[in-house]
Amino acid sequence: MSGNSYLPRKLHSLLGVIPLGLFFIEHALTNYSAFEGGQQGFVDAVHGIHKLPLVFFIELFIIWLPILFHGVYGLYIAYQSNLNTGRFSYGRNWAFALQRISGVITLIFVFWHVWNTRVQVALGNTTYEQLGSHMHEIVNQPVYFAIYFIAVIAAVFHFSNGLWSFLVSWGITVGPRAQRVSSNICIGIFVIVSVLFLLSLFAFRGAEFAPSAAAAAISTATFG
Amino acid sequence: MAETATKQRTVKFIITRRERPESAPYTEEFEVPYRPNMNVISALMEIQRNPVKADGGKTAPVCWESNCLEEVCGACSMVINGKPRQACSALVDKLEQPIRLEPMSTFPVVRDLVINRERMFQALKKVKAWIPIDGTYDLGPGPRMAETKRQWAYELSKCMTCGVCLEACPNVNERNSFIGPAAISQVRLFNAHPTGEMNEHERLEALMDDGGIEGCGNSQNCVRSCPKGIPLTTSIAAINKDTTKHMFKKWLTM
Repeated sequence: MSGNSYLPRKLHSLLGVIPLGLFFIEHALTNYSAFEGGQQGFVDAVHGIHKLPLVFFIELFIIWLPILFHGVYGLYIAYQSNLNTGRFSYGRNWAFALQRISGVITLIFVFWHVWNTRVQVALGNTTYEQLGSHMHEIVNQPVYFAIYFIAVIAAVFHFSNGLWSFLVSWGITVGPRAQRVSSNICIGIFVIVSVLFLLSLFAFRGAEFAPSAAAAAISTATFG
Repeated sequence: MAETATKQRTVKFIITRRERPESAPYTEEFEVPYRPNMNVISALMEIQRNPVKADGGKTAPVCWESNCLEEVCGACSMVINGKPRQACSALVDKLEQPIRLEPMSTFPVVRDLVINRERMFQALKKVKAWIPIDGTYDLGPGPRMAETKRQWAYELSKCMTCGVCLEACPNVNERNSFIGPAAISQVRLFNAHPTGEMNEHERLEALMDDGGIEGCGNSQNCVRSCPKGIPLTTSIAAINKDTTKHMFKKWLTM
């Protein structure tokens, strides 16, 4: 990387929270609607998002471009780091190492996940109404479910620990007490967001998201 | 009566050695006669007097650096049983045996345990870790420093450029240009000084350059390793705050 690395690194840190962190929370809440409201709740939640004006540009500037920059620059940051938890097995050093490992896992997963969902919608192989049953088919395969389970935990860890780091890197939490308190808050965020995502993963496995049941729901939604 | 004397108690050392900067490292084992209250330096002095390996073979004396012998100069930093620290304050009675000595290989190794900490002194020059008062006439007394500020600034002044924080940092390596925790803490020290504060922006801008403060990945190994107990991570976060403010101030006033 030639030239000044201060600004890209600062931008990397910011993008992880705004907009990506906010989108991540939104994603968790939308998925949670599958647990809370079942098939209909999930379809409604997805519809709610796609009714937003200029949704393509929102996706482009709030999600795709930030992920691309954060992901590619993040790989460079991971490449620049040594992992020395063997010699220094302190909690924060483990978090440092796991932040890089979970980041790489999340980036690979996000590409695969976007290919499986958003790109398939764009290609016309599925629709937003059928996404629930599409997910049902994916997470009912044990290997894919395991991948989703691990990747979701990795992504949530990367987000919550990254939030802690963001507060330090922008000089918001300076002293040891402030950093300890923010660490506890971030652990709380990790638990809550993990539970939201995992509940929705289990919900998608339910019979109500099976293609036949879902097709009935869609036909009533379309022709009813 | 002489027959009842037991075998002399010894201390076992496994030392990572290297003849020249570019040659491959290897280990040698030594058995040093135990004396009460000995430290790693006095054991190395014993090896220097009698450079014989544990297997009885002769070898070249082990090279190391040391000066003050009271943990204020930083010269004898090395990796002792896996952790970077000063050899002079490493008491043999408190170390698990065999005692493993290695050079702090984050730095260029000159020979055996001797390393070159030049990059740390270059870093201090880069961030201008001094207070410019030289001139052609007497500038008179500077502004006073508040006692409350002096107390925490004094803690930062204990840095002896020993290199332990750089050795512990996962982001100080050959793929990364990160300046390391020590110089960042010195920026905080000299920016806290009422006269040094007048050149605050020069030091902050040096850290907003390539290889500056953005290289910190918050592993916080530095603060856990610092032999002087300097609050390095507090310094880094405080300078993060100052550089962030400086960045916005420059954007909005240009």
